[in-house]
Amino acid sequence: MSGRALEVLKTGLWNNNAGLVQLLGLCPLLAVSTSLVNGLGLGIATTLVLVASNLTVSVIRDFVRPEIRIPVFVLVIASFVTAVELAMNAWFHDLFRVLGIFIPLIVTNCAIIGRAEAFASREPPGLAALDGLAMGVGFTAVLVTLGAARELVGQGTLFAGAHMMFGEGARALELKFMDGGFLLAVLPPGAFLGLALLVAAKNLVDAGRERRQAAQPARAADAAAEPA
Amino acid sequence: MATRAELVVSMARAAGILAGFAVFGALLVAVTWESTAERIAANEREHLLRSLADVLPAGAYDNAVHEDYITVSHRQLLGTDSPVTVFRARQRNRPVALVLTPTAPGGYSGPIRLMVGILPDGRISGVRVVAHRETPGLGDRIEIERDDWILGFNGRGLGDPPRDEWAVRRDGGEFDQFTGATITARAVVSAVRDTLIYFEANRDALFAAPAGAVGLGAPAPGANDKRGNDKP
Repeated sequence: MSGRALEVLKTGLWNNNAGLVQLLGLCPLLAVSTSLVNGLGLGIATTLVLVASNLTVSVIRDFVRPEIRIPVFVLVIASFVTAVELAMNAWFHDLFRVLGIFIPLIVTNCAIIGRAEAFASREPPGLAALDGLAMGVGFTAVLVTLGAARELVGQGTLFAGAHMMFGEGARALELKFMDGGFLLAVLPPGAFLGLALLVAAKNLVDAGRERRQAAQPARAADAAAEPA
Repeated sequence: MATRAELVVSMARAAGILAGFAVFGALLVAVTWESTAERIAANEREHLLRSLADVLPAGAYDNAVHEDYITVSHRQLLGTDSPVTVFRARQRNRPVALVLTPTAPGGYSGPIRLMVGILPDGRISGVRVVAHRETPGLGDRIEIERDDWILGFNGRGLGDPPRDEWAVRRDGGEFDQFTGATITARAVVSAVRDTLIYFEANRDALFAAPAGAVGLGAPAPGANDKRGNDKP
């Protein structure tokens, strides 16, 4: 069981990361990641919805018949998103203003219905919730990394607007590295380029690790197979 | 093969389950709404009050500005077909200032929504950008958080600068533009000027209309010929 849980965690955070490998939820991912704080906000909201919907779908998996599975999932997810949207409007009003239409758009994030269908509808509630958490955190990590990179390159700041999320005291968090920046990074093409670079970096890390693993048992064979 | 009766039962059961989840979803949303509605309304009100205070002279009014409003519409001068809200600030029932919420239609990537505070003598007490989609890093310097540019309207009126110089420098006017975002600055300057023209023509009616009144908006003299200068 704990081995299984570890595997679920690893899958969500890295091996099958929603943003970098499954490439699900690109619409909010690319549109919102203009700054670190925006990315973090949407990431947390998405994670909440993922955990809640995975948990519910798993609990009800035995008595929801296959024919009506998808409509039920859609209902559950839409309800949770609306609840999260209202809660954000009430407690993080400024951030809600910034993220605007992207909160309701969580409904259309394929990662959520994808996990409900592919994982939660077949696994016990504990694992399903863990999967939602891992997927959500993985997605958040991509959003935050991409947001931070775009903000840094495009505007020369980090944590701009942190007070929208953490209250006025967080204004001190804002770092300014340079005045203005390379504008392209904040514009839509910058989102695609940034994501592409992130995906490439992940593949590079994976490839490097694979090579090391292969090299250990059969170093000679590996060396022979690789053309100089 | 399933008989007809079995099929009906199975369909009914599926429908029942679906209906059950519909009720569950509706309940969840209803409970959340019930427990957040008050807070959300308070947030909205606070946000509105804060925005209004930004464009009004500080401490010069004693009424509940956010409740003393009328709606008007004037496509040419206020930049939109939809109704435009006008808030009235008063001190002991004497008019102190108006806050209009026009739209600058000529933004680089869509309309720019503004809030313009105007004193009874026609001078501007403050302008703020409420919503826009201008290019980050270029056009977004119309936001007060990024640049002081928008404060340049404070104290100005239709005679200062003269009406013809209510334009960005590139067009021979008084107001600075931003490198790379002349269109944005031009849109805001023209919208503020048009709002002033509208104010000039309707000043007394705007203050006199009973709160909640809808649909005021006589065409201002010279509105149409002025409009021709907007496009380069």
